[in-house]
Amino acid sequence: MKPRARRFAWIGAGLVAVVAASALILNAFRSNLVFFFTPSQVYAHEAPQSRTFRIGGLVQQGSLERVPGTLTVHFKVTDTAATVPVTYTGLLPDLFKEGKGVVAQGTMGPDGAFHATQVLAKHDANYMPPEAQAAIDAAHGHAGAMSMPSLHEARAQ
Amino acid sequence: MIINWFRYASPVSFYPLAGRLARVFGVLAAALALIGLWIGLVAAPTDATQGDAYRIIFIHVPTAWMAMIVYVAMAFWSALALGLNARLSAMMAQALAPTGALMAALALWSGAFWGRPTWGTYWAWDARMTSTLILLFLYLGVIALRQSIDDPRRADRASAVLSLVGVVNVPIIYFSVQWWNTLHQGSSISLTAAPKMAMIMLTGLLFMTAAAWCYCIAASLTRVRAIILERERSSGWVASLIGIGTPP
Repeated sequence: MKPRARRFAWIGAGLVAVVAASALILNAFRSNLVFFFTPSQVYAHEAPQSRTFRIGGLVQQGSLERVPGTLTVHFKVTDTAATVPVTYTGLLPDLFKEGKGVVAQGTMGPDGAFHATQVLAKHDANYMPPEAQAAIDAAHGHAGAMSMPSLHEARAQ
Repeated sequence: MIINWFRYASPVSFYPLAGRLARVFGVLAAALALIGLWIGLVAAPTDATQGDAYRIIFIHVPTAWMAMIVYVAMAFWSALALGLNARLSAMMAQALAPTGALMAALALWSGAFWGRPTWGTYWAWDARMTSTLILLFLYLGVIALRQSIDDPRRADRASAVLSLVGVVNVPIIYFSVQWWNTLHQGSSISLTAAPKMAMIMLTGLLFMTAAAWCYCIAASLTRVRAIILERERSSGWVASLIGIGTPP
């Protein structure tokens, strides 16, 4: 083997080793790399019981209730299979809406409700002018019909 | 016509070629960016969900793509530099690092200002964002490692090894939104599916992406010319180029 070919062989072997090591590490950390848990995972006890975690899903249609005179809101997060009630006091992001994606950070209370300390809106990767959105909503028969693609993918895995 | 590509592996013949190419790509970058910005900021409509905040996509996505692509290019030249012991390949890798770092920083910065109005936070430790931050640190690490070694050939080898080790991060960034639950949304554009955005928005994005490509090529070719001059300063052709000494 010529020295040049040998050097390239070493480079190739080194790359394969690094890729294999990273794949093993990522596989080992798989569950810890998740940014949020879905309501189904919460009910399957895959989410931490006593410490802070994030829950992600869609804000269920018609579930948003504001407590008058306060910044406290109650809503339900759903992944269409399971639903978790959430309580939060504070400002909601502009994109927070019923039927849209949401990620909330907090803990599960003894009352079975999720007490959030932070609420983030999760939006999808679709971009279209308002007229196009209106046309789609009209075709679907109601506004705010939306899927959360990454959630469905996550569940399918 | 057969072009002898190896002719341009020599800094002497590559130096003038890089100058001509840098000018062409620089002009192209400016023209494409003007068209792209006009489409993105004027011609394209607002987004139904995000309003005008989505227009950050015209900076954010091209810079994020280039941060990954420049890294792969840097790793490619690093592999050639290690395998062939080629000086110019190492200089190309050296020239790409600051441009890549700039692209990664711009992607993170524009992403923060996009995240605040849409998600409600500047930063979250999700897989996409964290791996992109690691990419920026890898660029800075490659630059710092080179600066800390005085002998240029040893600096070439050390930074090439680090560049090659770090290349594993690029697919992690790209697939992070598919592999894990993340706050960051998935891809709007892929080679296998129809784009998830209106045609005029897509057109603006593609113009800005082409502009980012041309800018990165022009910037790194300009930088590699400076690196060639600096590292070949004791050779005869550089002396004759700047008009001192006798031509070889």
